[in-house]
Amino acid sequence: MLKDDNRKGMLEKVLKENDYQESALLEILHKAQEIYGYLDKNLLTYVANVLKLPPSHVFGVATFYSYFKLKAPGQHVVTGCLGTACYVKEVEDIMSAIENEFNVKRGGSTSDGKLSLFMTRCIGACAMAPNIIVDDEVIGKATKEVVLERIKLALEGGASA
Amino acid sequence: MSIGTTTLKIDGIEVTVPEGTTILNAAKANGINIPTLCYLEGLTPWGGCRICMVEIHGTPKLFPACATPVNTGMEVITQSEKLREYRKMVVQLLLSERTHVCSVCVANNACELQKLADELGVDHVMFERNWTSQEIDSTHKSLVIDRNRCILCTRCIRVCDEIEGVHILDLKNRGKDSQIIIDLDQKWGDSDYCTSCGKCAKVCPVGAIYVESEALSETKDKHIAEFILSRRNR
Repeated sequence: MLKDDNRKGMLEKVLKENDYQESALLEILHKAQEIYGYLDKNLLTYVANVLKLPPSHVFGVATFYSYFKLKAPGQHVVTGCLGTACYVKEVEDIMSAIENEFNVKRGGSTSDGKLSLFMTRCIGACAMAPNIIVDDEVIGKATKEVVLERIKLALEGGASA
Repeated sequence: MSIGTTTLKIDGIEVTVPEGTTILNAAKANGINIPTLCYLEGLTPWGGCRICMVEIHGTPKLFPACATPVNTGMEVITQSEKLREYRKMVVQLLLSERTHVCSVCVANNACELQKLADELGVDHVMFERNWTSQEIDSTHKSLVIDRNRCILCTRCIRVCDEIEGVHILDLKNRGKDSQIIIDLDQKWGDSDYCTSCGKCAKVCPVGAIYVESEALSETKDKHIAEFILSRRNR
C-alpha cells in the first residue's frame, strides 16, 4: 500500500485528470516519477491496481523506457549522453573517469546514496558533444576535468540538490 | 454488407480469400506452407521472429506473412534462395543469442526451433555466441521457466493475456536485455494471479517453460489457443 501523504494526493489528482484511463499509463508514470522521484514496486502495483492493468504490463512499460527509474536516485544525479555524437567524442572516457573517481557504477548509486550515475541516449545537443548532465545542468563539450570538478562542487553542497 | 474477397497469386497459384486475410492464412488455406515460429493460431500475430518473411513482387522489402494482409493483385513468393538464406540467418541469430544446447534441453526432439534449424539445413552457427547466463525460476509448484532457452517469441505472454486472461507474464527491458517476467518481476511461486493453467508451457516452442517432471510430448499443445477460442466463439 502507498503511504497516505500529500504525494499520494498529488498522484490521485493526476489519476483523476486522466480519468483512470489505462491508455494514459505513460503519462501517469511520468507524473508519478515527478512526484516520487522514482517508481518503486509499491507505486507500480498501486498504479496497476487503480488503472486495472496487469502488474506485469505496467512493469514492462516502466522498464522499457530508460527515463523511468526503479531505484531511488542519489542526492545528486549525473547522466551521461551515450548518443552517437557523444560516443564519437569519447564520452566513455568521462564516464569511466566518474566511475573511478567516485566509486560508482553506471545505473547505480554510491554506497552513501549521495551520487547516482545514469546514462541516456541522445539528449539532442549533438553539436555540444560530449554532453554530461549534472543535476539538471547540461555540460556541453565536456572534459574529464570540468565534469569531475562540477560533481565535487555539487557533493560539497555547492550548487543545487 | 457482405465481406469482399481478394484475389492474389501465391507462388504462381491464383487464390481467392476473404478481404483482410493475412498472407500466412491465405497460403495455409490453399495448402502452401510458410514456416513460422512466434505465430500461433488463435493468438494475435506478433511478427517478431521474422521466420515467415515472404517476398512480394515489385518491392525489394520482405514482409512477415503472419502480419501482412493480402491485397488484390499481390504476387507473393514464399520459397526462394533469398528467403531460405534469410530464414537460416534468423535461426542462427536466435541460436547465438542465448545458451541453446539441445542435448541438455527438456525440449530435445520436441522443439520447434530445433526442427526449424533441421528443416532449413542450419548445421552450424556462423555468429559468435553470447553464452549468457539467465535466471531459472522453479519456485512455482509445477511450472519452470528457464530463460536461457527463451527466444522471446511471446507466445506465453499472449496466451496468458488473450486466452487465460490474467496476463501475469510480460516482457521487461528492451533489446538484448529483454526478459520474460512474472507480475512485477517476482518469483513465480509468489504470484498471486497465476492460475497455474499451464497454457504457457503448452505453447512454448522451445524448452523455456515446462511442467516439472512431465514429458514435453505430453505438455506441448500447439492447438490449445485455437481450440479454446473456437469454443468461446460458438
